[in-house]
This record gives sequence, C-alpha cells and structure tokens, in this order.
Amino acid sequence: MENVISYRLQIIAIVTALVFMFFIFRLVAKGKLREEYSFIWIVCTVLLLLFSIWRNGLDVIANLLGIYYAPSIIFLAAIFAIVIFLVHLSVVNSRQHKQIKDLTQEMALLKEKLDKKVTQE
Amino acid sequence: MLPEGKEKGMSRVLKVAVIIPCCNEQDSILNLVNEIENTVFPAKYSIYPLVINDCSTDNTRDILISNHIAFIDLSVNLGIGGAVQAGFKYACQNDFDIAVQMDGDGQHPPGELEKVLQPIFNNQADVVIGSRYIVKQGFQSSALRRFGINYFKRLNKFLTGVEIHDSTSGYRAISKKTMEIVSDYYPDEYPEPESIVLYSLNNLVIKEVPVIMRERTGGQSSIRTYKTIYYMFKVTLGSIFLYIRLKLNGKRHFI
Repeated sequence: MENVISYRLQIIAIVTALVFMFFIFRLVAKGKLREEYSFIWIVCTVLLLLFSIWRNGLDVIANLLGIYYAPSIIFLAAIFAIVIFLVHLSVVNSRQHKQIKDLTQEMALLKEKLDKKVTQE
Repeated sequence: MLPEGKEKGMSRVLKVAVIIPCCNEQDSILNLVNEIENTVFPAKYSIYPLVINDCSTDNTRDILISNHIAFIDLSVNLGIGGAVQAGFKYACQNDFDIAVQMDGDGQHPPGELEKVLQPIFNNQADVVIGSRYIVKQGFQSSALRRFGINYFKRLNKFLTGVEIHDSTSGYRAISKKTMEIVSDYYPDEYPEPESIVLYSLNNLVIKEVPVIMRERTGGQSSIRTYKTIYYMFKVTLGSIFLYIRLKLNGKRHFI
C-alpha cells in the first residue's frame, strides 16, 4: 500500500516537472522569455525530474552531506537558489533602469535637435 | 560688480542654461519663464531658460508649445535627478558655459540668479549652491525639513569634510567642468545631498551663497512627510555608496 502511494506521488512529480518544462519551452518559443533566463529554469526542471525518477537520490545526498532529515536539503537548496536568483534579477533590473534613463535622455535631446531643424527649414 | 574685461574670459559673453525640471507645473511654469525673461541681467550673461518636461500629465506641455518656450520632452518619467541630468547633458552638448538648476514651482526667484552665477564667472567655484540658511531670510521651510538638512550637513561633513548648510537646495549653478562629470553620472532620486559627495570627491570647488527663497506657488515638494524616512535612508545609503565607489575605484566606474 505504501508503495502504491509513493508511486502515485512519483508520477505526479514527474508529470508536474514535465508540464513545467513544457511551459518554459513554450515561453521561450513564443519569445516571451529570453534564452539566457530560461537556462536556470531548465536546469531546475531537470533536477526536479532527476529526483522524481531517482527516488533514493535525496537520501543518498543527505547521507553524503551528513544531513539527518533528507527533505530539509530541498528547502536549503531551494531557498539558496531563490535568493541568488532574486539578487541576479535585481542586478538586471538596475542595469535596465540605467539603460532606460540614458535612452530617454538621448531621445529627448534628439527630439529637441530635430524640432530645431524642422523649424529652421 | 567687477568692471568688464578686467579678468581673463571677461570680454566673452557667457552662455547660461537655466534648467527647469518640471512635472505637472502648469500653474507656475509660464510665470517663471516670463519672470526670467523679464529680469535684466548684466550683458556678460546670455540667459537661456530650458524647461525639462518630465512627462507632465497636465497642460504643461501645451503651455510650453503655445508660448514658444524651449523645452526638452522626456518620454518616460525619470524623476528629478534624471530630468536635471538631461538638462546638464543638453548644456554640455550645446557648449554652454554655466548650467543653473532652478525649480519649476517658483521657489527660486530669478532675481537671485546673478548671485549664484557670479562665483563661477569669477572662476572662484565649480559648483555654487544657493542657500537659505546662511542668512536667515525669506522662506525657511518646515522644522522636519530643517532637521533633515542638519543631518545631511553632518553626513556630508563626515564623508567629505565639506560643510554645506543647505544641501537640499536645488538652486545651483555648475561650471562646464562639472557638467562633464554630471553628464556621466548623476544620482537619480533626491540628487541634491548626494551630488555634493560627488562634487567634492571629484575635487570641485563648492561655494554656498545666500539667496532668498519664496514659498512654492504651485506643485508639491518632492519631499513629503510620509516619505521623509525613506528619503533620509536613501540619501544616506546613496552618499555612503557613492563615497565608497569613488574612493575605492580611484576612477569613476558606474553600473
């Protein structure tokens, strides 16, 4: 009985990972997500798939690291990854902020130049 | 006033860009520009008012166009720092000798303009700040604001050793050399106290002159009470990081 439940869970996990991967691929294909940002999500789904299929994987790694309660690895790794990714996004955001500002100023100055030229002619 | 032609560069007329950042100032902008144009300045200055329209949603733009006022039109709202920097870039590209920042809400009387221009004309300073607090006259603003200003005075003195009484004053004149520096980098939000750090670490000579300010005739201050804490926090962080960046890198090096 226990086996049936865990198989059911395993199937759900694999299906979820596949659906997620499909969703990411679709976003990239439609041009809504740039390839460089899709990379991290694809790696995540691959990991998810790997551990859904390799059921003892988590215990093996927990043993290697000397972690008593195996599922806590998931939380540790996930939180770590999320924090890193958020910082990365903030950096991207800051860069874009500067780029938008520079573009706006440049466009405004060009508009003014153009207006001057048009009124002179 | 010094007689003309006594010092070098005096025979030349100095081109002065008066940069007026403006976001929804339909009630005061026309009066201000008219006032600048009606003020008589010494012949050594050629004054050119330039409004920076920072995405106004009221009739500001129409007023500017129908009155043939020179303006730069930002398509995206950049806030005061980005708007003023656009003006500095314009002044730099169009070979102005001095750029003056003046608020669009009528707080900075054009009659005081000469006072902030004079030290640059005399080659005594690269940055001139019109200060309310050297001689306590005219509009003095709220107690909370004065508390903030005191705090920035200490922070600036701690970081750069320069004591500026009115570091939040936006009534400023800058020289050509300063324009080149601020075209490269100018703080975004609440740029006034932070830019003093930028100026002093670039070894520019900063001079404060007393000016008399008026109470605003329209619009809102960019610093409102509920934002004060954020303002102080942001400016403190900004100043400290700017200091670290300029000190450690030796050269300016920005994101």
